[in-house]
Amino acid sequence: MAIEKRVVFRSAWLPWLLIAPQALVIGVFFFWPAAQTILQSVQQQDAFGTSTEWVGLANFERIFSDPGYLASFKTTAIFSVLVAVGGIAVALVLAIFADRVIRGALAYKTLLIWPYAVAPAVAGVLWLFMFAPSIGVVAYALRQAGIPWNHLLNSNDAMTLIVLAAIWKQISYNFLFFLAGLNSIPKSLIEAAAIDGARPWRRFWTIVFPLLSPTTFFLLVINVVYAFFETFGIIDASTEGGPGKDTAILVYKVYYDGFKALDLGGSAAQSAVLMAIVATLTVIQFRFVEKKVNY
Amino acid sequence: MKLKFLVSCSIAALTALSAPAQAQTEIQWWHAMGGPLGEWVNDLAKGYNDSQKEYKVVATYKGSYPETLTAGIAAFRAGNAPDILQVFEVGTATMMASKGAIVPVGKVMKDSGLKFDPTGYVPAVAGYYTAPNGQMLSLPFNSSTTIFYYNKDAFKAAGLDPEKPPATWPEVTLAAAKLKASGHACPFTTSWISWTQLESFSAWHNVEFASKQNGLGGMDTRLTFNGPLQVRHIQNLENMAKQGLFVYKGRENKADATFPSGECAMMTGSAGLYGNVKKNAKFAYGLAPLPYYPDVQGAPQNTVIGGASLWVMSGKPADHYKGVASFFNYLSSPEVQAASHKRTGYLPITMASYKLTDSSGFYKENPGTDVAVNQMIRKVTDKSRGIRLGNFLQIRTIVDEELEQVWGGKKSAKDALDAAVKRGNEQLERFQAANKS
Repeated sequence: MAIEKRVVFRSAWLPWLLIAPQALVIGVFFFWPAAQTILQSVQQQDAFGTSTEWVGLANFERIFSDPGYLASFKTTAIFSVLVAVGGIAVALVLAIFADRVIRGALAYKTLLIWPYAVAPAVAGVLWLFMFAPSIGVVAYALRQAGIPWNHLLNSNDAMTLIVLAAIWKQISYNFLFFLAGLNSIPKSLIEAAAIDGARPWRRFWTIVFPLLSPTTFFLLVINVVYAFFETFGIIDASTEGGPGKDTAILVYKVYYDGFKALDLGGSAAQSAVLMAIVATLTVIQFRFVEKKVNY
Repeated sequence: MKLKFLVSCSIAALTALSAPAQAQTEIQWWHAMGGPLGEWVNDLAKGYNDSQKEYKVVATYKGSYPETLTAGIAAFRAGNAPDILQVFEVGTATMMASKGAIVPVGKVMKDSGLKFDPTGYVPAVAGYYTAPNGQMLSLPFNSSTTIFYYNKDAFKAAGLDPEKPPATWPEVTLAAAKLKASGHACPFTTSWISWTQLESFSAWHNVEFASKQNGLGGMDTRLTFNGPLQVRHIQNLENMAKQGLFVYKGRENKADATFPSGECAMMTGSAGLYGNVKKNAKFAYGLAPLPYYPDVQGAPQNTVIGGASLWVMSGKPADHYKGVASFFNYLSSPEVQAASHKRTGYLPITMASYKLTDSSGFYKENPGTDVAVNQMIRKVTDKSRGIRLGNFLQIRTIVDEELEQVWGGKKSAKDALDAAVKRGNEQLERFQAANKS
């Protein structure tokens, strides 16, 4: 469909020079730490790093023989699906409404983008305060409504808390992309459908949603990565993986074992596993989900 | 151009040469004391800096205990370790095993030529930080133990005698029931659940928490806290939780805030909470010894220490160690110790400072402040001397995780303690394997 335009570089070194800055950034901030992770995952070190022993795959054997680690795969799957789907759905609704607002649109948009500036740990603490069983505003309201709330001992409550905090933190990002996506849909298409008698709901499903699919797909990938990697601060500040291990997702365990328990070998091995999972998920998303995307 | 360069060079050289004549040697001290305790640490550094001119101690707050330890380790790996690192009792075994990273305090003091007498320290405290060969490895700093706090006003309102705190666990249950009947939503809670309800609890009843003298006797120690007495106690707490008499308020010291705020009427926690309670409680409060089971022979014995000690990091210039020794000497003086003890509620860690505090009439004026001391200054047994385990942080988290299942009604006390012992022993085995010397 598109006319191919090809710029041909005759120089042998110019392309390399042009990608050099990006390659450097990726090299320093991704490949180097990733290589270190893999190296550490086959080592056993004491806390201060004064002695290093090569242990082969012992760290991997250890983590996979731990039932708690295997259980956290399920926890992670539930958490990630809830965060990614919930975050995308809520942001989409908000973006559609913000897109329709005429007066004060800028104020709404600014307010919706604000949470993105909040650090994950702070987000965790904010939500923790609202839901704290004895002093939290929301916990109090729930109690008045006859719903007991105790995320310290009730696993579902705890999961709800971290999912809400994680979604809230990511909504702004999703919202921005959806808003940009909505702006790029030609108004004439929607008006034509309206003239043909399509109700708003039908217009959304047959025109807007398919045209937004590249944005939605992009956000799906980003949100899954977010849920997998960037949420440990929220969990550490709110539930610490409890009650029991019921909110200890994989990345929280990586953080706990590495930075609190000082078990670098075990933490690195878990990191490597996590990296492999996310890479696999991304490949799957591109192979299967992307086929349903209309560019 | 060239001339200008030469001039600036010689100025730089001159300043560099003249600098050592007046500059003090800076001693970096990383600590984990926030809030009122942070002010206390800063005052200690200031008191020392004002007392002499040669050294300057710079105290830096690095976050919670685990965060401070992690920061110290990361700095050591990067070659910028502080001179002094405050490490909580849970990290003691890790520090002891890291021989290349630390310099024993005994050696630092001996090399400095200063008069330093480790036997002046309270044995139950010093013993914890001393190597099997008798060398003191770290300087006891803020040592605490577990005590019982109760709200006298709430006791009065519930028809209980405010001057008679419950001495035994059956009495705690009865008092809690009365408090609940008087409308109290949180009759009893606890912070540091593993420390108060299993570690100190075991020592208090002269029962082993772990084999090999609770880990003091060697790295091949294994957990034993799933014995009949501990199971009975956790069952008792479980029943209290079911009736709303014991309310779980979270891991670590999360429950601490609920006592001074008046939310919870009775609590077991660190003696180091005293400063906070004194400052913030708007009600009459009392301090009492940890409750015990009256039918257990040998109870009450003594409680175990918590809190932190100061470790000296390796690889520093010789004059830094002299400065560290001089600072530690200052910290060990009875006057400084006694002032710290009165201010914070932490234990007086030398016998001299205890006597000084006693003779000043402080304990008479502030009833209850000697509870922690009396629980500690006793003849200890092999089962009560202290608990020192590798990967202790993980073991405590495991205890938290398993006990949460009990309070949540998912596991029985026996199953949870069995599981905690099994999972904790895996940590001990790994520590032993990683640190075989």
